[in-house]
Amino acid sequence: MAKKKTIRTIPQERNPIPVQDAEARIRNFSEVALGYGLENALNECERCLLCPQAECVVGCPVRIDIPGFIEKISQGDYRGAYDVISDANLLPAICGRVCPQEDQCEGVCPVGETLEPVAIGRIERWIGDLAIQEGWENVPYIEPNGFRVGIVGSGPAGIACAADMAKAGCEVTVFEALHRPGGVLRYGIPEFRLPNDVIDAEIERVTGVGVKFECNTLVGRLFTIEQMRDEMGFDAVFIGTGAGSPTFAGLDGESLNGVMSANELLTRCNLMQAGEFPAYDTPIHLGRRIAVIGAGNTAMDAMRVVLRLGAEKVYCVYRRTRDESPARREEMEHAEEEGIDFHWLTAPVEILDDGAGNVRAMRCIRMELGEPDDSGRRRPVPIEGSEYEFETDMVVYAIGTSANPILGQTSKLRLNKWGYIDTDENLATSIAGVYAGGDIVTGAATVILAMGAGRRAASSMKAYLGLRDSEVVYLAEHAEGAARLFGIDRAEKNFARVRVA
Amino acid sequence: MTKRNQPGPEGDRIVAGGTAGNEASANRGFEIVAREDFSDQTFLLDIRHPLLAKAARPGQFVIVLVHEHSERIPLTLADFDPAAGTITLVIQAVGKSTGEMQRNCHVGSRLLGVVGPMGEPSRVTDAKKVVCVGGGLGVAPVFPQARAFKENGAYVIGVVGFKNKELMFWEDKFKTTCDEFIVCTDDGSAGIKGLVTEGVRSAMARHDDIDEVIAIGPPIMMKACADATRAEGIKTVVSLNPVMVDGTGMCGGCRVKVGGRIMFACVDGPDFDGHQVDFDDLMNRLKRYAEEESLAMERWSESCRQSRETPAPTPVAPLPAPDPTSPAGPQDT
Repeated sequence: MAKKKTIRTIPQERNPIPVQDAEARIRNFSEVALGYGLENALNECERCLLCPQAECVVGCPVRIDIPGFIEKISQGDYRGAYDVISDANLLPAICGRVCPQEDQCEGVCPVGETLEPVAIGRIERWIGDLAIQEGWENVPYIEPNGFRVGIVGSGPAGIACAADMAKAGCEVTVFEALHRPGGVLRYGIPEFRLPNDVIDAEIERVTGVGVKFECNTLVGRLFTIEQMRDEMGFDAVFIGTGAGSPTFAGLDGESLNGVMSANELLTRCNLMQAGEFPAYDTPIHLGRRIAVIGAGNTAMDAMRVVLRLGAEKVYCVYRRTRDESPARREEMEHAEEEGIDFHWLTAPVEILDDGAGNVRAMRCIRMELGEPDDSGRRRPVPIEGSEYEFETDMVVYAIGTSANPILGQTSKLRLNKWGYIDTDENLATSIAGVYAGGDIVTGAATVILAMGAGRRAASSMKAYLGLRDSEVVYLAEHAEGAARLFGIDRAEKNFARVRVA
Repeated sequence: MTKRNQPGPEGDRIVAGGTAGNEASANRGFEIVAREDFSDQTFLLDIRHPLLAKAARPGQFVIVLVHEHSERIPLTLADFDPAAGTITLVIQAVGKSTGEMQRNCHVGSRLLGVVGPMGEPSRVTDAKKVVCVGGGLGVAPVFPQARAFKENGAYVIGVVGFKNKELMFWEDKFKTTCDEFIVCTDDGSAGIKGLVTEGVRSAMARHDDIDEVIAIGPPIMMKACADATRAEGIKTVVSLNPVMVDGTGMCGGCRVKVGGRIMFACVDGPDFDGHQVDFDDLMNRLKRYAEEESLAMERWSESCRQSRETPAPTPVAPLPAPDPTSPAGPQDT
């Protein structure tokens, strides 16, 4: 490389990502953020200082060698950049879209101390999209080791774990209860944030390293975790079933028609394409004025979906204020641009019947912020006598999820008091050889944290199976072709190159 | 299952799974190995799914997807045969999805998805004397329960109800399993004239030592059964089938009120204490998609009519044409 870059020499402005105009996008399900073009991507890569001790790599739950791939891009080696990313993460086009980078890699980027941080997520997405377009695959040399690994759940945790185990040489089968793989990526995240064909393309990459997906398989009921290990010949099992059980508030009127969980709304729309009823058989029965309770990312998704389906008015009802909202800023801003009507410091107390079993309105109460609670956020306190009627004909709950009970019902796995799977620090469960990670262990979190957990569990599973697990494989110190040397990194120095004549 | 039927009269082919018996397409769907039509509305399908047949227990249900654009249809298991590796569903063609199944599901065709067994199995208790009540479509799923109780040594009284004699099925199966068997028809064309509650009452009148009643059928019927046994305090188990999407506890669409608490029928049920269930709430929630159901039905009937009028060289299943703007990719990887 030429001159060393400094904070003064790099392009000062972060490259903006083109977005679809708010007026237009609320009428379609096409992506909101359109992604970088080549010029933007190259220019943004120039902004990276290529820190030798990269904070961003530590900030990344799956430890992508970020300076490594950015350097490759700057050198014009886009394919090489994809290989660097996909050594750690086979889903760059997905993660580039849905990771909360501001809290992870970009949150610790030193450039961010003076300027806006390097837009790592956008660059990652650009490479991911390019790889899909070009049909690149990063399949290392895999030496089969005869171990069979079963993965329960084809969401982000399961996919990340499956990819690592397959690369280590195991025969990996992922079981999915729904009819299409992807878990929350598929049913939870709407098309305009994560198109289904991106999910399809990246899952295709995962099958490329030898992972087999079995849909329509409800583990626990069709066969149990114990059967997988004892009868079906799986040497190790990973559980990544997520925290999919929706929570309701327990108010009167919640069983009225027109009240549903955000999970149901999103599943109907994303997985079952209810927006295209009757061309697709699953209906949605949309209200006209729709209130979404909650202000997290799921709430933003739910609101923006119903807006696109043609709701006249979409309200966000949240008992705290914008500052306490757990949604990503970007999603919040997009929702605001699209005309979502936010009602902060408002909580429902009852849902009212129209006399025919449907929602007519909510009775709400105004709140004020009191002392900080356990989460450090100021606790909302109801203002006495402030109740009023809030006109709405559909109420969607997006106030969190809890653990799915099926595996608890059907296995002897030890659960914690909230019903999540109890694991040790290596993500081992109470059953030998069975590991768990992602939302089913931690409670609802993000796609990338689940993927990080999947990789950590894979590392523990390799130890359990007695497999070599070298982190250096995932570092970028690959000389020409070294990455392909039987999957062994040169840095390990445990082999000699022999040239066969 | 002994009776085996030939492909249906219309010769329609369903295209979900490719050529029957082809191992390569085995992963693309679940083969229908037998079909029997009980009436012009009710029909039986045997589906090959050895793992599911082995895992299934009385009271559980499956979710069926017919094709790419299909909804996920929850259906209670009517029977299962681990030895033959098949499960049995009895389906009543009442709406678009079930009508489509009636028209298109023939021996050798494939269903795109069959997933289960879902729900908690029914508890086959040590009850000495039980009444197993099935109304309409509930007749089929109550059968495995009656058999399980019989195998457990109970005295089993079977009560089944139909609109009329023509709709009756499985009389022989019940007769060989139950110690007593009571048929009720709305018009009196077979057995007692009246609803199944008449049968339940007559059983209660003759036996004062009934330990348990299992009632499966339309909500209004289960409600009536629960009401009939409430005064006597006889334990009454009902099997609920509210609107569902995923069937795995994820959407909460199937929530029902039981004893004042919210339960998810798909993971906490489908069996609940009939005396605790809020049936009015359940029946209200079942109305949610009435408009869409009739719209889908109308649209589908119309397309069926048209496809019959069109002199097509080969009869083709009236699957909705894929929307070119839809991003739906391949179903599996």
